[in-house]
Amino acid sequence: MNDLDNTIICRCSDVTLGDIRRLIAEGYTSFDEIKRITRCGMGPCQGKTCQQLIQREIAMATGQPIAALRDQTTRPPATGVRLELVAKEAYRDED
Amino acid sequence: MRTNADIVIIGGGITGCSIAYNLAKKGVTNIVVLEKRYICSGSTGCCGAGVRMQWGTEMNCRMSKFSTEFYEHANDILEYDGDVEFKQKGYLLIADTEREIAQFKKNVEVQHACGIPSRMLTLAEAKEIVPHLNTDILLGAAFCEKDGFLNPFKTTDAFHRAARRMGVEFNTFTTVTGITVENGRVRAVVTDKGTINTPVVVNCAGGFSHDIAQMAGIDIPVYRERHQILVTEPVEPMQDPMVMAFGLNLYVQQSPHGSFIMGRGDANEPRDGRCTSSWRFLEEMAKTVDNVLPAIGKLRVVRQWAGLYNMTPDRQPVYDKSEQVEGFYMAIGFSGHGFMFGPVTGVVMADMITGSEPRIDASGLRLSRFAEGKLFVEPSVV
Repeated sequence: MNDLDNTIICRCSDVTLGDIRRLIAEGYTSFDEIKRITRCGMGPCQGKTCQQLIQREIAMATGQPIAALRDQTTRPPATGVRLELVAKEAYRDED
Repeated sequence: MRTNADIVIIGGGITGCSIAYNLAKKGVTNIVVLEKRYICSGSTGCCGAGVRMQWGTEMNCRMSKFSTEFYEHANDILEYDGDVEFKQKGYLLIADTEREIAQFKKNVEVQHACGIPSRMLTLAEAKEIVPHLNTDILLGAAFCEKDGFLNPFKTTDAFHRAARRMGVEFNTFTTVTGITVENGRVRAVVTDKGTINTPVVVNCAGGFSHDIAQMAGIDIPVYRERHQILVTEPVEPMQDPMVMAFGLNLYVQQSPHGSFIMGRGDANEPRDGRCTSSWRFLEEMAKTVDNVLPAIGKLRVVRQWAGLYNMTPDRQPVYDKSEQVEGFYMAIGFSGHGFMFGPVTGVVMADMITGSEPRIDASGLRLSRFAEGKLFVEPSVV
């Protein structure tokens, strides 16, 4: 394993470039598939760091332009919110 | 893509992958699995991941016990390189009405007759297991330490890889556009990437099972309903079991990774197949969990998602072959329990399709029960 293999691609879940390249070679050639096996894109950053890096790897390995690759579904919330605050706001709206 | 197959399975979720694996194990390997997106991209990949044996009917107890015992050894049986991450720390069912307590007591008797180690708990005992439980609003609880939850992606991946090693062909990003029926028999499955001649098709299409059946001219009484889940930031381990309440309407687990995953049902959810997220769910879920498990209210939600329940009139699945079209089989209508029944589904369907002696009696789940008015009523569902 060389240093490039150990480069962290997903900071939330400690996924390395080596992990990503192995999965692409095994046939997991979309961000969503790699996400479900490795947890990249599921952490607090929600893929804001890893997605573009992984898409670039997939594009290089498969010869497709990045624009042709499917991104993950963007889901709310845009940033982490404490559940008790959401609950408090909901009760306030009901009053 | 193969152009001739003995069996075509439509759907690459836990159901389709488990059936493919079980058929291959019986020696039928000229199988093609068709998946519109990628493996585990549908309902299985969106599910709450729980596996419980605390049911209220003998059949569900028996079937879920089979599935749980399979999942205990899934890594070895499926010879999986990874880990399906079975966290077997129990299900704590909580009740806030006398009616629910009475039901739990009846259920525990049924469970004991099936050899399931469940028991009623006092609120003090429940609080020992889950210290952050707000017992002020509860009346009692039931617990089974052998229940748990596991990683749906890896579990499905394990079935998929095992089936592929035995010769099953998986075609992802392949959409079924039609099913050719001639003289009352299945002849072929048409996809956007070509046609596969086959005498047998198995409908495992989850939220799209109705559409697939229509392609063969078969009408089945199922509909799809959106169900939503949210997940928090990961924290140190603080909750062992899945906490679930039918009346208070929630289920909450802490994944091995540390995040809390939680969901609830809502009869007002859309039935048009959309999988968007709603503000209403976030608010209702936040209110419920903040009330029942206040410590979790302190955590930040990082994502919501949604998937489709494939619902039947009695909220139990259908394992059957069509009487209208020969060669058309279905494992559909799981109504939210498809993942936990995955191992049992594969065995039941593989025996049915190959005409072998059934290893598991699932005769109560045939399609004709709706027309005959013999609904299979399970009291313990969310």
